[in-house]
Parts: sequence; structure tokens; C-alpha cells
Amino acid sequence: MSGDLLDLFSDIPPPEEDAPVPQKTPRVWSVTDITHAIREQLEGKFLNIWVCGEVTDFRNPNLSHWYFSLKDADNKLSAVMYNREKSKIKFKVEQGMELVCYGKVSFWPKGGVCQFVIEDCEPKGVGALQLAFEQLKQKLLAEGLFDKSRKKPIPFLPRRVGVVTSPTGAAIRDICNVLRRRFPSIDIVLVPARVQGEGAAADVARAIAFLDTQDVDVMIVGRGGGSIEDLWAFNEEIVARAIFAAAAPVVSAVGHEIDYTIADFVADLRAATPSAAAELVVPVQAELLQSVWERRRRLANGLRAMVSRSTERLHHLRQRLRFPQNRITDGYQWVDNLRERLQRAMQHGIEHRHQQVAHWAAQLQHLSPLAVLAKGYAVVQKKGLVVRDAATLKTGDIIDVRVEKGSLEAKVI
Amino acid sequence: MTEKKRETSEIGFEKSLEQLESSVKKLESGTLTLDDSLKVFEEGVTWSRKCEAALTTAQGKIEKLIQKEDGTVSKTPFEVED
Repeated sequence: MSGDLLDLFSDIPPPEEDAPVPQKTPRVWSVTDITHAIREQLEGKFLNIWVCGEVTDFRNPNLSHWYFSLKDADNKLSAVMYNREKSKIKFKVEQGMELVCYGKVSFWPKGGVCQFVIEDCEPKGVGALQLAFEQLKQKLLAEGLFDKSRKKPIPFLPRRVGVVTSPTGAAIRDICNVLRRRFPSIDIVLVPARVQGEGAAADVARAIAFLDTQDVDVMIVGRGGGSIEDLWAFNEEIVARAIFAAAAPVVSAVGHEIDYTIADFVADLRAATPSAAAELVVPVQAELLQSVWERRRRLANGLRAMVSRSTERLHHLRQRLRFPQNRITDGYQWVDNLRERLQRAMQHGIEHRHQQVAHWAAQLQHLSPLAVLAKGYAVVQKKGLVVRDAATLKTGDIIDVRVEKGSLEAKVI
Repeated sequence: MTEKKRETSEIGFEKSLEQLESSVKKLESGTLTLDDSLKVFEEGVTWSRKCEAALTTAQGKIEKLIQKEDGTVSKTPFEVED
């Protein structure tokens, strides 16, 4: 290549063809002439070449064209990437990135600069798509599009399931078959979209937004398996944002088990395949019916148990509930019994007291002064007082004398 | 119109299933009076009928919706090969 560079100007015709004499006044070029001449010489020499270098002097990534330089350890090459080419690049070029660029060397006369016009580029080492994937993933992650808290729950039993996919692919056929088998009464709404190729991402995004207005309980967005390029629409930002914006919960179903797309990260639920998505979205009708029947059986059993418990209790209580006659008889008996005991006690008491009276009467008899009188003694009283000393009486006193049988009045002489 | 009806029947299933479950649990707890048991049983049976009704409606339809340039929507039945 560097050899070519040295040969570059050998094609330029001498300033004056018929001027072999070197000492002749040299031709003075106008800037325009020389720049155009350089351009003419330069362009066409370095077409369809690959240049590898590190991105530096990246002026402003937000301009419609990108201006930066490619450098290696010693040298630097100005580079430009025009909007048309730039928009085809899936990833974002960044300062410091090692790039392998395809394009041509051009000379821009107005700026007087030689620059490498990049038509395509790839990050060195990793694939362009892989890098684009990582870049978008990081960006959306930072924005919170993957947050668990933003995920909407999938309804337990949707009545109307929306699908965004190709109307001719295997995905729609698989989804419809699985849904039909699991739950025949479910309604399915397909909004067809181109799922690969130019403009697929925009088409998928548009279909998601449209389906979201069609009163579906949940939507499945996806396609069958393919190469990473085939699945690429589901790694585009516009699809990610459409999924995030949808009011209905979105289940992503892109490719096979091993394929992870940006759509999978944003979706409310990721299904490994379109068939798996249909299974996740809808329960099996027969199983649900069975569970309803099972509950109804338990309900009947519960009531039956309740009734039998109640019957048993009633029976038990009835047995304990006896006719009150028994209680009355019991009462009579009790009263009789008491009466007997009362009588016995009375009898006993009376006899006891008779005996006591007899006893004390005998005792009294024994001690009675009358008993002394019976022996022939007499008791002398004066004015009611017993006379124990004869000296207390004087002649003429009237005294009472009591003998065993009766009493008499006497006069002391 | 039919869309609205479907919506309510869908809400109906989940709610009905919950109510049915709660009736079953109440009845199985054995703490109810006989009168209440009968009432709960009748309620449970009503909920189970609602569940069944929600599950066994007619075969659903598959439609293809296309939004045209002018904003109108074309709705056509979509045939699926088995």
C-alpha cells in the first residue's frame, strides 16, 4: 500500500510538456487546481479497503455525520461516516473503541483534508451485533426498562390473547394450536408483522402499539427460530420501547430456548419458544374444570359431614332428655325418706326426754325435804324463815310447824 | 358488546373460584351451625356453577386484524393449519 502511495504522483503530467529545461520558471498551481488534482489522483486508488484503528477525536456523536480519527501507536487518519452508512450500523461507535472499517480514501478539497470515508465498520474482536446488543441492553437497563417492579402480571385466565408475529410463520401456527388445545373457548387476535429484514423492527413495534388498542388481556410477541440476524428486529430499541409502553402484559417468544433478545428482557414474561408462550398464557381448561368439580365434591362432603355430626349430636341429646315423671318419683321418695327420718328422730327425742324426766324425778324425790319429814322430822318456820336456833324464839311467838302430812301453827310457851 | 361481556365473565371466573374455595374451607372447618352450613353450601354450589359457566363457553375465534393506511381496521378470520 505504502508503495502505491509513493507512486501516486508519478502519473501527474509535468506542468509543461514542452519544457525540458529545469531552470524554467516553475508552474504556480492554484489551490483549487492542486487540491482537485490531488483528489483526482487519490480517489480511486484506495477503494474497498479495510483499515483497523482506535477511534479518537470523536467530535460529536449526535451530529448527523460522524467525524473522528483512526489511530494506531504512531499515526492518525481522519475519518468520516455519513448519516446513510451510520444508520445501518447496529452498535454505537465510541471514543477509544477499536474498529475495523471498510471504505475508501477521499480528499475533500474544501477542507484540504484527506479522509477515510467509512462505509461499514465492526468492532474489533466482538461481532457488531453482539456489541450492539450489549450496548442497548446496558442503556435500557440503566433506564429501568428491565425492572422487575415494572413487570405486569399475566392474567390467570385471559379471554382474548393477542399475537404479533408473521402470519405465515411456524410461530402463529404453534401458538394457535397450543391455545386451542388447552383452552378451546379462547379468542385469538393476530396482528401480522414482518419479523425479519429491512423495516421489521418498526413493523413489529407498530403492530404491538396497534394490538394494545384492541382490548386484549395479554399479548405474545415473537417468531420462530433463526440466525441472530433473522431475530435482530427483537433486539432493536424501537421494539423494546413498544413492549415497554404496552398497557397489556407482553410475553416474548423469540426463537429457541437459547436465544435471548432485548425483547425478552423488556417483556413482562419471557417464553423460551412460541409454543411455550401459549402454555404460559393460558391454563388447561379441563384441569380447571376438574378443580371446580373437586371443590364442589369437597363442598358436598363438608355438608354431609356437618349433617351427620348434627344428627349424631341430636341423637345423643335425645337420649339424655328423659321424661320428668322419673324426677317426680325420685322427689316423692326423697320426701318419704326425709319424713321417716324426721319421725324416727322425733320418737327418739321424746323417749329420751321421758327417761330424763324420770331420772331427775327420782333424784328429786331422793333429795326432797319431804322425805326427811316422812321419817317423822318437822320443820319449824317463823314468818317464812326456817328456825335453826331455839334462842331466836321467845315465849308467845307464833311458829309454823310442818310435818309429813300437812302443817300446824303453834305458840311458844 | 360481546367484548364487554367476556371481560366480566373472565373476572367472574377468578372471583368465583376464590369464593368457591372460601365456601369449601368454611364448611370444612366444621365450626358453622347447621343453618349456616346449608347457607354456605348453597353459596358454594352457586359459585361452582359460575366457574363452570365461565369455562365452558363456545369455541373461540381466531381473527387477523390489519390496520390500514387510513387508520381503518380490517378484521378477517384466520385459518390455522394443524
